[in-house]
Amino acid sequence: MLDRRLFLGVACSAASSPLITPVVFADAPGDRRLVVIILRGGLDGLGMVQPYGDRAFYSLRPGLAKRPGDGLTDLDGRFGLEASFDGLLPLWRSGELGFVHAVSTPYRDKRSHFDGQDLLENGNGASDGQLTRGRDGWLNRALAQIPGARADYAMAVGQSHMLLLHGDAPSGSWSPTNVMTLQNDERRLLSLLYAGDPLFESALQGANMLAGDGEASSRRETGATLAGYAAERLNGPARIAAFSLGGWDTHRRQQNAIRQPARQLADALTSLKKDLGRNWDNTVVLAMTEFGRTARENGSGGTDHGTGGVMILSGGAVRGGRIYGQWPGLGERDLYQNRDLVPTDDVRRWAAWALSAQFGLSRRALERDIFPGVDLGGPPGFMA
Amino acid sequence: MGISQTTVAAIRFGYGFHPAQEPAKNADQLLRQASAGARADLVLPVLGLADRRARLEDLIRTRRSRGRDSKAFREKRVAMRRDAVMEVEARVYQRALSPHGFFERLAAFWADHFAISANNAGRLFVAPTFEIDAIRPHVMGRFADMLSAVVQHPVMLTYLDQVDSYGPSSPAGKRRGRGLNENLAREILELHTMGVGAPYTQNDVRELAELLTGFGVQKGFQNFRYFPQRAEPGAETVLGKRYGGNPGRAEHALAFMEDVSRHKATARHLARKLAVHFVADDPDADLVGQIEGAWRRSGGHLPTVYSAMLQHPSSWRDFGGKIKRPVDLIISTLRALGANRQMAETARARKRASTFQALRHLNQPMFQPPGPDGWPEEAEAWITPQGLAARLNYASKSGQLIAKNGKLDPRQFAETALGDALRGETAFAVSAAPDRWEGFAFALASPEFNRR
Repeated sequence: MLDRRLFLGVACSAASSPLITPVVFADAPGDRRLVVIILRGGLDGLGMVQPYGDRAFYSLRPGLAKRPGDGLTDLDGRFGLEASFDGLLPLWRSGELGFVHAVSTPYRDKRSHFDGQDLLENGNGASDGQLTRGRDGWLNRALAQIPGARADYAMAVGQSHMLLLHGDAPSGSWSPTNVMTLQNDERRLLSLLYAGDPLFESALQGANMLAGDGEASSRRETGATLAGYAAERLNGPARIAAFSLGGWDTHRRQQNAIRQPARQLADALTSLKKDLGRNWDNTVVLAMTEFGRTARENGSGGTDHGTGGVMILSGGAVRGGRIYGQWPGLGERDLYQNRDLVPTDDVRRWAAWALSAQFGLSRRALERDIFPGVDLGGPPGFMA
Repeated sequence: MGISQTTVAAIRFGYGFHPAQEPAKNADQLLRQASAGARADLVLPVLGLADRRARLEDLIRTRRSRGRDSKAFREKRVAMRRDAVMEVEARVYQRALSPHGFFERLAAFWADHFAISANNAGRLFVAPTFEIDAIRPHVMGRFADMLSAVVQHPVMLTYLDQVDSYGPSSPAGKRRGRGLNENLAREILELHTMGVGAPYTQNDVRELAELLTGFGVQKGFQNFRYFPQRAEPGAETVLGKRYGGNPGRAEHALAFMEDVSRHKATARHLARKLAVHFVADDPDADLVGQIEGAWRRSGGHLPTVYSAMLQHPSSWRDFGGKIKRPVDLIISTLRALGANRQMAETARARKRASTFQALRHLNQPMFQPPGPDGWPEEAEAWITPQGLAARLNYASKSGQLIAKNGKLDPRQFAETALGDALRGETAFAVSAAPDRWEGFAFALASPEFNRR
């Protein structure tokens, strides 16, 4: 007979460890939530989380590098947060925000936004940007492995089409800028009109799900509105939400150009926390980008497309207030192709552990199906 | 499903039927239409670059002398924004009114291929000059000439940051402590010519960026100028060939544009892109091969390339595989309604920017593509739940307007708009609609009106 105390002990430690076997949550999708934010354009990790403890940093970026107390807030004695991101400091201080430095997808060398983003969302392991055969999103493949997940379990929020959730597993999508109003007889005639055209039929089904009974609204898409809607769904039936924030392609005058996207990001994370209420405690937020930017600033006060960068971890379920990852250094010989921060880890590994922790996906599924070729290694220990 | 050549020519290769215009019936007539389009004047007069420059300079002067918060500055800025929007609106009417649909589609294709973005009123004000100056004169010419015009156009040089790129060892670079900006060089190779899968390296991007140093825009507003003191000294090797030397000259980079236009990777990339844009999201390999061959044999002579596309049988098959982008949806609506110069001028006089607003709701705001790769092509990117919801909103609002402003019969409208592409289901829904406006709305919302 099972020893009750022992059983509880195992269950508790399992819940607090990222190594959860699929059995634990096999019965119910449960309370755990995941939000994935795609930062489009190539977030400059070195500009956001500045390695002020690395001497080489200041010669690489004479115009953009800051010092603690002067445009930079010290985070851990080695790294500081650039002032445009000050809106994130309360989350850092409450231990609900952390960073992984010197990470990237497996994509290398061509430094194309479009291929880089596709690979980031598709999750394949090919350095040339080749997608998996299904050309679907890793979050969609993960969804297919979560028992009991229905169509309203995952939502892509915002107008832009997200490869991340695209694929065979059903998921919903919604944008704050378009609410449709339809009468019943219109619905009937439309179904007739679209019968036999699968693309229009399935879009109409999705549109009916998100039809409102009010006037068509034209709210703008901002970090706060996207996060607000995501939170609304996550407080309801959804457990997974994804949206995009753009504006990170800071080729020139980065000092100014970064402010607006930085504010959107801070707004998005703080709105998620506020609007999720108690559910925030069970939530992991991952914000990731297609690549980092050059270690050196360029000729116009900005940075060009690079390789290694920063991944952002947030939520009540993460152990924040610390910077994860292996720092490769910025010395002349340390740089990738004498230009970029060397990625010492794969962002997919961190996303995989988040999926494992939140939804109990197996190592085998993660390494083979969801992120082909990723080596999960040991638990990175970022779950609270 | 056998759809007539006339319908395919009008809808797939043009902006749709117009009750007062004779449609092209086959490939030869489409090509003649394109040639005539290249010779024709713009339907609506446009403000020239000099006028735009004067307006902008006046605005900047007012800001300097009277201040950002002065009434004079604010009023001028509002007026400029409104005029900028009306200019953009005029570009939509250009396509709707022109009897040379295939030419207009080609111009739109190339303007999207060399995508630019205007995110403020000043940029929006000059954005339309890009297509007029750099694209339209070369649509029926050589790709190399278009590419050369594009890399010398102020709007592109500003959009892709070339104006901020200096040779690190150039006199101006050293004096001002400035260096390279790779943005334009990368997109020329990745998007404009060879394509991302092609065998170029980061080093080629870097060398091309060096070769392009010196390309800039005259201070004030705004002409192309070559600044020799910004040019990186010495020759550059791009794709294994040396270009330039001392002193730097614009011709060195233009010689590269000439060579890369004939590169086999460019031929392949652009052959496929044309086929994807006009024929199918996943086009027949033989069609792509035929276009590519024409490109290579002619060195990128565009009429030869279009002719190869139109001569291939698969260009005329499987009608409906492509989804109209929102702007094309609006233009084909205007055409089916018989849009004429008077309608355009009335809209202009009333300063009503209805298409500009509609495009924003349909998630294709004018001159604001998501990135330098332009608007998405694939059907799945447009017919999403929220994309379809926006199209249904557009259809019902337009249906109400059409019903209110005329005596047109919705069944007649559907037949005019769709020719023999009109399906029985749609004809039924249009005639079964409880209200006349709903008949128009169903025609506009039908799959065949949204496909081509």
